[in-house]
Amino acid sequence: MTPVVELIDVHKSFDSTQVLRGVSLTLPKGETHVVMGGSGSGKTVMLRLTAGLIRPDSGRVRLFGTSIERLSEEELLPLRRRLGYVFQGAALFDSLSVYENVAYPLREHRRLREEEIHARVVHVLSLVGLSEEVLGLLPAELSGGMRKRVGIARAIVGEPEVLLFDEPTAGLDPTNSKLVVELIAQLREGVCDTAMVVTHDLDVAKAIADRVSILMDRRFAVSGPLDAVLESAYASVQAFLAGDLRT
Amino acid sequence: MWYGDLGLLTGSVARNLVLPPAYLRLVVREIEVMGVRSLGLALTAAAFTGMVFALQSAINLARFGAENYVGPLVAMAIFRELGPVLTAILVGGKVASGITAELGSMKVTEQIDALRTLGVNYVKRLIVPRVLAALVVFPLLTVLADVLGVLGGMFTMLVERGTDLYAYWNVTAYWVVPRDFLTGIGKSVFFGAIVTLIGCANGLRTEGGTEGLGRATTATVVQVAMGVIVSDFFLTKLFLMIFW
Repeated sequence: MTPVVELIDVHKSFDSTQVLRGVSLTLPKGETHVVMGGSGSGKTVMLRLTAGLIRPDSGRVRLFGTSIERLSEEELLPLRRRLGYVFQGAALFDSLSVYENVAYPLREHRRLREEEIHARVVHVLSLVGLSEEVLGLLPAELSGGMRKRVGIARAIVGEPEVLLFDEPTAGLDPTNSKLVVELIAQLREGVCDTAMVVTHDLDVAKAIADRVSILMDRRFAVSGPLDAVLESAYASVQAFLAGDLRT
Repeated sequence: MWYGDLGLLTGSVARNLVLPPAYLRLVVREIEVMGVRSLGLALTAAAFTGMVFALQSAINLARFGAENYVGPLVAMAIFRELGPVLTAILVGGKVASGITAELGSMKVTEQIDALRTLGVNYVKRLIVPRVLAALVVFPLLTVLADVLGVLGGMFTMLVERGTDLYAYWNVTAYWVVPRDFLTGIGKSVFFGAIVTLIGCANGLRTEGGTEGLGRATTATVVQVAMGVIVSDFFLTKLFLMIFW
């Protein structure tokens, strides 16, 4: 079966700073792949490359079997509609209410009656643990955890085939972090069974990962099932996992 | 680099004009935001420009015994240059800086990337409606500015110089021809596109958080003024070649 996401020997630099140096990754359907790494290690860049938001300097990026590195913005749109992207800061549309934010993809891409849109929005909000009371609120009126959950609701309302999470627990208190991790795990059952999650949080990886890759020195130092990565013989990987790595 | 971004954005807007969806409701909303809310600014500036131009012209033309020609002089100056250029600089500065602030804020908070990941064509959704609205709003505002500018000149001549309005209007109507008016309106269409594209390009290029947003907005105001003044020369040459 064609992998959902495939990165092959991807290089990416910004000005003179090299961020990724020959990164390769395969995400088959039904798998949750967690990419770990320290701050500035290139995790978010990798996720943005996967969604076609930026282009690699060299290497291939395949999304649903299609090479996207040379596609125009217009050609990328149908492929992006098949994925859901959850931003680190949620990136909600700040002038729109929670309801309008979540309904946005439906209004843009589906011909649904208002009652159907309302039902879908209420349903996905209930999936992320939010009640109808938040429908009329603006993003500025929400807590960080609620914003993150609305961001997840907006990402899943279009029934994506793969979810991309950028630091889903960053900036959240332990309770909200736990809630979001549980939510990601629940989404695998019936909503979207394929996901790529970038995080620096080992607890996230332990809770949801089928496979884990660790970005160090601009490339993957180790990649494989969680247990194998935890038992990696690389001293620098062990230092990173123990929180003792100095960069 | 900046000119390259502006050129690429112009090409992208031209390409997206023909692509669905049309977002007509957004175009109407932008016409309201750009046009109705700028009406007071454009009309006040035009009326007082006409008044001061008539006053200066009357005093100086009187030295040559040519005060009769104040009417056509004011009308031609306003129709051909002052109406479209002042409207473009004042309304353009206001509109384009607002666009830069809005798009720049969306850029730094990743809202534009969010649109892209949702499979929305952000050029079609955010830029094209603004450009289309500007193509409608700037000529309309210029027409109104022309009218108010000429009326302001007439009012000043009546109050300050006691001019016979019937004679003033007759001389003006004799010397001013439709192409005087039409070249100014033609320019305003280009100015509308130029200032909107500058505002959008700077908004999409915004980097560096709130400080970067401030820099981008300031740059827009300066570039709009320069863009209008510089392009006015070339548009004047173009229209003279076509209509003269």
